[in-house]
Amino acid sequence: MAAFDEMSGFDGTTRDAYAKLETWLKNTPPEEFATRRSQADVFFRRIGITFAVYGDEQSTERLIPFDIIPRVITGPEWSVLDRGLRQRVTALNMFLKDIYGPKECLRAGIIPQDLIYRNAGYCLQMINQPVPHDLYVHIAGIDIVRVDGDTFYVLEDNARTPSGVSYMLENREVMLRLFPELFAQHRVAPVENYPDALLATLRSLAPRTASRDPNVVLLTPGQFNSAFYEHSFLADKLGIELVEGSDLFVRDEIVYMRTTQGPKRVDVIYRRIDDDYIDPLAFRADSVLGVPGLIGAYKAGNVTLTNAVGTGVSDDKAVYSYMPEIVRFYTGEEPILKNVPTHRCREPDALKYVLDHLPELVVKEVNGSGGYGMLVGPHATKAQIETFRKKLRTEPEGFIAQPTLALSTCPTFVASGVAPRHVDLRPFVLTGSNGIRCVPGGLTRVALKDGSLVVNSSQGGGTKDTWVLDA
Amino acid sequence: MLSRTADSLYWVSRYVERAEYLARILEATTRLSNLPSSYGGAASEWESCVKTAGCEELFEQHHQTANEANVHDFLCFSPENPSSIRNCIEIARANARAVRTALTYEMWDALNSAWLELKKYDGRKLTRDDFGRFIEFVKTLSLTFDGSAYRTMLRSDAYWFSRLGVYVERADNTARILDVKYHVLLPETERVGGSLDYFQWTTILREVSALTAYHWVYRESIKPWLVADLLIFNRQMPRSFASCYENISRFLDALGETYGRQGPSQRMARKTLSTLANRKMGDIYDNGLHEFITEFIDDNNRLGSTISEQYLV
Repeated sequence: MAAFDEMSGFDGTTRDAYAKLETWLKNTPPEEFATRRSQADVFFRRIGITFAVYGDEQSTERLIPFDIIPRVITGPEWSVLDRGLRQRVTALNMFLKDIYGPKECLRAGIIPQDLIYRNAGYCLQMINQPVPHDLYVHIAGIDIVRVDGDTFYVLEDNARTPSGVSYMLENREVMLRLFPELFAQHRVAPVENYPDALLATLRSLAPRTASRDPNVVLLTPGQFNSAFYEHSFLADKLGIELVEGSDLFVRDEIVYMRTTQGPKRVDVIYRRIDDDYIDPLAFRADSVLGVPGLIGAYKAGNVTLTNAVGTGVSDDKAVYSYMPEIVRFYTGEEPILKNVPTHRCREPDALKYVLDHLPELVVKEVNGSGGYGMLVGPHATKAQIETFRKKLRTEPEGFIAQPTLALSTCPTFVASGVAPRHVDLRPFVLTGSNGIRCVPGGLTRVALKDGSLVVNSSQGGGTKDTWVLDA
Repeated sequence: MLSRTADSLYWVSRYVERAEYLARILEATTRLSNLPSSYGGAASEWESCVKTAGCEELFEQHHQTANEANVHDFLCFSPENPSSIRNCIEIARANARAVRTALTYEMWDALNSAWLELKKYDGRKLTRDDFGRFIEFVKTLSLTFDGSAYRTMLRSDAYWFSRLGVYVERADNTARILDVKYHVLLPETERVGGSLDYFQWTTILREVSALTAYHWVYRESIKPWLVADLLIFNRQMPRSFASCYENISRFLDALGETYGRQGPSQRMARKTLSTLANRKMGDIYDNGLHEFITEFIDDNNRLGSTISEQYLV
């Protein structure tokens, strides 16, 4: 199955959006590219953009490979994506409000009850618990893949604590430095206003009782977390304090941070810690990353957590499979963005089909992320397939399966020169009490291994700058 | 600002200052130990160097005797020594990374580049030339980091906490040199008057990079009581007790003023500063140089804990 190439389509004819880039690739001497690539590498290392890979003892800090050939999206393509993304997060927020409240979608039979009630991501503490401004997913990093000239699929909604936006911003800065002449030839929509949009969103989410100048902080698990660079980068761009759990404490259901001038009240916490670790009194007692009593303060309405607690239920891949119905139910509109056709292994017919077609399918754990714990049938060994067959028989409700999509490819520098490599796209959608914001672009991840479909940085993926052309 | 941020800024500076101090005492000791023994070059210098670095006990757990090779390794690279230069740079960089946003780009770049460069040095394979380059590299890190802080930081609490780290550490370092070498600075050593002591005195001055400064200040040949005077009382000399406390007091006052509240650390610093202003070398020799130095080290440590209790936790 041939993949759609973003530069040359299915048939090798260069698409308009890539015409100037193709000329640039042809006319620039290879030494020039080599120099630029090493400059980019030095730049990233010096500013300290690194990520950590869990289970890799050799290097706690590694650079995500950056590819200097940009990925281009046309203005009209983006406008469809933009509308689709807004529709999707609107539906997600209404869905979460509903399942933690009146549960109309369950009564209407839109989604099976046990899929919610027996879902590990469904947080019992949040039932009938109002959240500030009735919003749950304030920051979404929705993964999108493309398969042909017109079709984009949503792969995952990432409604918990999506990361990668710092790469979107830094990739652009590096490209602007290295290739000013290319930007002069293309009208590329800027992404640099993302931190401003994020700050405006976070401030708009403060509890109604907070002061007019709410104190917003970013809560990180600390510098050994794989995304620590991003946490410190964002705190810096936003001009807010980067706090660890031990910097905060709760007294009388109010959250304070410890400062050199004594305690200071906190109104909004952009937390980059998972629900499970955020409060040892409410969730995992062994967590040293969180803040004891935080959930108490949250439930009392004295602090906003972004994203809200309990959004993990919509990241469940079985729940994901109902997103088209969820979008229709809450918005009354047809979904603009498609879902990847998904077999729910919890359904006996689907399970039978999946077991019969394992070598062609991608099988994922319903609550997995980061490219861990999945089977890519066409690239798997017999032994791996048999392992998954066993897992599927033992615990079918723990898995979904999808056809192996021919993700689009984009020209990329590899050892042998320029070659097509599979890419995806993660745009970031912000929802505040004063509207939805989505900067044109996102993070393009690229699978650097020939033929590989796994773009995750923890699995050897790289990134590219993403250009949305203005009109 | 967050207490943890202030704490990290303070410790980043302390560790960078400590790394430079270790580099200086190693450099001066290497020079002294290369002299013929009739000029004071002796193997015992390496033991004295370990003492000056303040890690005598730990060193003895790992080595029977002190010599150039094992002291170089222990003070520069050894993973067993939590205060080795390598560890100092790594801890400073880890602290800096945790509060990356509180540092200016230049400060971060100085530390991060040094941390990347540090990986190139493998203690056991260093030739004497390499070692010399390593010492220069450490001194350059400290100069670049300190210079970046001075030239790029806003004059606000972040800057003051970072400066406090420098001067509390520096006061401790100067005092440690005196603590180990005080016996060669006692007046009666003058009657020995031999060249042996002369090279000890110049070594002390080199350790605080004050050999030239000495001549400019006193305009006479090196006398032990003047060396002690320079390191303890002379406010012009940037590593003297008096100069360190002038700065500590100044930065603590700036904090007190901005926060609108004075506390125990301001009072302690002022007290030490006035002691230094009112005493002379003569009284100190009368009451015991060693006692004076030991007391100063204790007071300085107490000030460190008081600053920490008042602001950093």
